Amino acid sequence: MADINIIEEQLHGHDHHDDGHDHHDDHHGDKYQSSLVDSYLFSMDHKNIAKQFLITGMFWAVIGSAMSILFRLQLGFPDADLSWLQPLLGGWIEINEQGQGVLAQDFYYALVTMHGTIIVFFVLTAGLSGTFSNLLIPLQIGARDMASPLMNMLSYWFFFLAGVVLFISLFLNTGPFSGGWTAYPPLSELPQASDGSKAGATMWLLSLVFFVVSVLLGGINYITTVLNMRTKGMSLFRMPLTIWAFLVTAILGLLSFPVIASGFFMVLFDRSLGTSFFLNEIFVAGEALTDRVGGSSLLYQHLFWFLGHPEVYIIILPAMGIVSEVLSVHSRKPIFGYKAMVFSILAIGVLSFLVWAHHMYMSGVNPFISNIFVLFTLIIAVPSAVKVFNWIATIWGGNLRFNSASLFSIGFVSMFISGGLTGIFLGNSVVDIQQHDTYFVVAHFHVVMGVAAFFGMFAGVYHWFPRMFGRFMNETLGKIHFWGTMISAYLVFGPMHYLGMAGVPRRYYSFEYFENFSQFDAMNAFITIAAILGFLFQVVFIVNFFYSIYRGRKQTDMNPWGATTLEWTAPINAGHGNWPGEIPEVHRWPYDLSRYEDEEFVMQTVPLKEGEVDGGH
Amino acid sequence: MNNVMASRKVRKIHPKKFALWAGLVSIVMMFTALTSAYIVRRAGGAWYEFDLPDMFIWSTIAIILSSTALHISYKSYVGEQHKKFKRLLFLGCFLGLAFIVFQYLGWQDLLAQDITINRNPSSSFLYLITGLHVLHVVGGIGALGIVVIYARRKKHQVVTESRKLRLELVFTYWHFVDILWIYLFIFFLVQQ
Ligand code: HEM
Ligand SMILES: [Cu+2]
Repeated sequence: MADINIIEEQLHGHDHHDDGHDHHDDHHGDKYQSSLVDSYLFSMDHKNIAKQFLITGMFWAVIGSAMSILFRLQLGFPDADLSWLQPLLGGWIEINEQGQGVLAQDFYYALVTMHGTIIVFFVLTAGLSGTFSNLLIPLQIGARDMASPLMNMLSYWFFFLAGVVLFISLFLNTGPFSGGWTAYPPLSELPQASDGSKAGATMWLLSLVFFVVSVLLGGINYITTVLNMRTKGMSLFRMPLTIWAFLVTAILGLLSFPVIASGFFMVLFDRSLGTSFFLNEIFVAGEALTDRVGGSSLLYQHLFWFLGHPEVYIIILPAMGIVSEVLSVHSRKPIFGYKAMVFSILAIGVLSFLVWAHHMYMSGVNPFISNIFVLFTLIIAVPSAVKVFNWIATIWGGNLRFNSASLFSIGFVSMFISGGLTGIFLGNSVVDIQQHDTYFVVAHFHVVMGVAAFFGMFAGVYHWFPRMFGRFMNETLGKIHFWGTMISAYLVFGPMHYLGMAGVPRRYYSFEYFENFSQFDAMNAFITIAAILGFLFQVVFIVNFFYSIYRGRKQTDMNPWGATTLEWTAPINAGHGNWPGEIPEVHRWPYDLSRYEDEEFVMQTVPLKEGEVDGGH
Repeated sequence: MNNVMASRKVRKIHPKKFALWAGLVSIVMMFTALTSAYIVRRAGGAWYEFDLPDMFIWSTIAIILSSTALHISYKSYVGEQHKKFKRLLFLGCFLGLAFIVFQYLGWQDLLAQDITINRNPSSSFLYLITGLHVLHVVGGIGALGIVVIYARRKKHQVVTESRKLRLELVFTYWHFVDILWIYLFIFFLVQQ
């Protein structure tokens, strides 16, 4: 038992789950499990923190998606009477001369901005990487918890705080921030620019600064844990691809989020101290702001996209890791090209820092500089294609179990291909002249990042639900959820490509006065209906999720999927510390599925036989 | 039972130390972003040139001495010279506070020449970068304060691994903000 004592000392000595043994009666030992508040609210157990991230992420996903339905109503049915929403939205529904209730224009922009911010940062960053890095890193590498459980807990609570600040900003008199999720100056800086640029912008910035702190605390912990706390035998090339993905994700976050933090500080200075980092020759309502000169708004864009592009990979890499794992387990085959997968994750990580200006082709950067960014941008397609090839090769000839987890993984691959292809269009600066700021871009990133990352997240939730709650989610509902979401996602975003190619600009409140765009009214209405449908299918998921926590089929088998990785060697509903006895030792790579005639799968804890060569090498 | 211990022995660096270094990387990235933005913006012209305040020389000396004092202080702790350890620890803290005061006086010098924060991006950058740096120093002083509280306890004289680690973590951070300042100072000098 001595080693457990040592490790628990490392974990600040709390929590003895295996109360069958009476090791040391360290006093603060029981503090963290003594009450509901301590064990759930301020828990330091990575498994509980994972659940906190997940459920908070789900909360935000509902709010963020509901917002998109609201602005889709305006786009799809500009003539509809929305006064029935007045009890909920109050003054944001304006009654026009015809007595028709419509979304206030400022509020439309606020909704778009909040939707983007919430989904990108709160749901697909915190909700995805926060949940699964927390759940899986210690369990899959064989550690009792994170390197610093305290920092881990703080990471969640900074995320929570960021959420509280943003949530409160929704109720401001002047409304929440409305300058887009990228918060370009001058809209994010000059209060006179719009209502949302007043207190709403300040709170947006504050919220995001807290969020950066949360990401950094989490990321430092994930990297440290992966690199320092692996169990015996868990060499880097025996780590499951999930762990590789989480590791590189955390490194990207560590390197890119501080950069945007400095950008935010500069915006805050410009807002409150009269500096002009990003302001120059500004006219607001016909009035020249003569004292705000000398800055460069392009500089902000550089800082933002230096984070912004790695950020999209911060979102997608964890999903990729999850999908690799889920596809391999459920097709009962080793992942195809394990090392190629690792190196393509690393390549994507490196390249993601060299492409940021592809978001700025049309911002007035030097066209010759654009060429360099075109080159690197298109090179990213190579490791991405390697991964896609390997996923398909993994399924190929496999003994595929079609359950919710694997279906969502296959859906992920489909989405990633569709969205990746449009990326190649956009990556060419010349093509981007036409496509920039149109619905083509909206379609591109929703398919490749938005929907794909959600699919990765769903795959992860269905697959590891038993690991989290000791029960299974309902498969029938899961499949309804999958097919409904898959179909409505393509119905929503497919037509948007067409709109974009026809030149329809994004972020417009109404196309009423543009003849060549208003001809698409019917298509916009169609998209809105598909979006509402897609939203309703998420209700199925939420019901299934919470129902299954309490009523789902109980997990009886410790390793229900026949997986090889360590998280399935810990007891069902394991307490803090994960393994009651010793930490398991690892002897082989994580993908020994159907490699041998006599054994369907071999867990990582099984020693290599005489003369057996470890896989993956 | 031995596996955990064994894997711990192979480990070259303590996880907490590793975490600290990872955190320092993120701070480096933040200042890299700021100084790069500085270079880019400066190349854009309309840049108001001014001399750095002399006070920054004094603050540089103060923080270098402070780091040196803390370094020797750590050596003394390991060598169980408790008196020397404490004396140098206090000296290091004092010099750290002096650094902050010198920075403040430096800003006052600039203000006296009417170089305010919103005069030109050149001054905005200077205040922003030095200000953020001072915030990191303040954090370091806080950490040193905790070390001082512990150092005053009698039982602290017994040198243990975890006490050594605590000192090492705090002092590493302190050396880091010291080196960061030297980098920034040279950066500003070269840019002028
Ligand atoms: C083959 C790889 C890809 C290429 C070549 C590519 C290229 C581009 C380009 C050039 C743009 C800018 C379009 C414009 O604003 O005019 C863009 C936008 C975007 N891409 Fe990609 N992309 C790729 C993959 C991805 C992936 C994997 C993700 C996310 C996981 C992603 C997320 C985004 C987002 C979020 C935007 C829009 C941001 C905004 O303006 O609000 N892209 N992409
Ligand atoms: Cu990008």
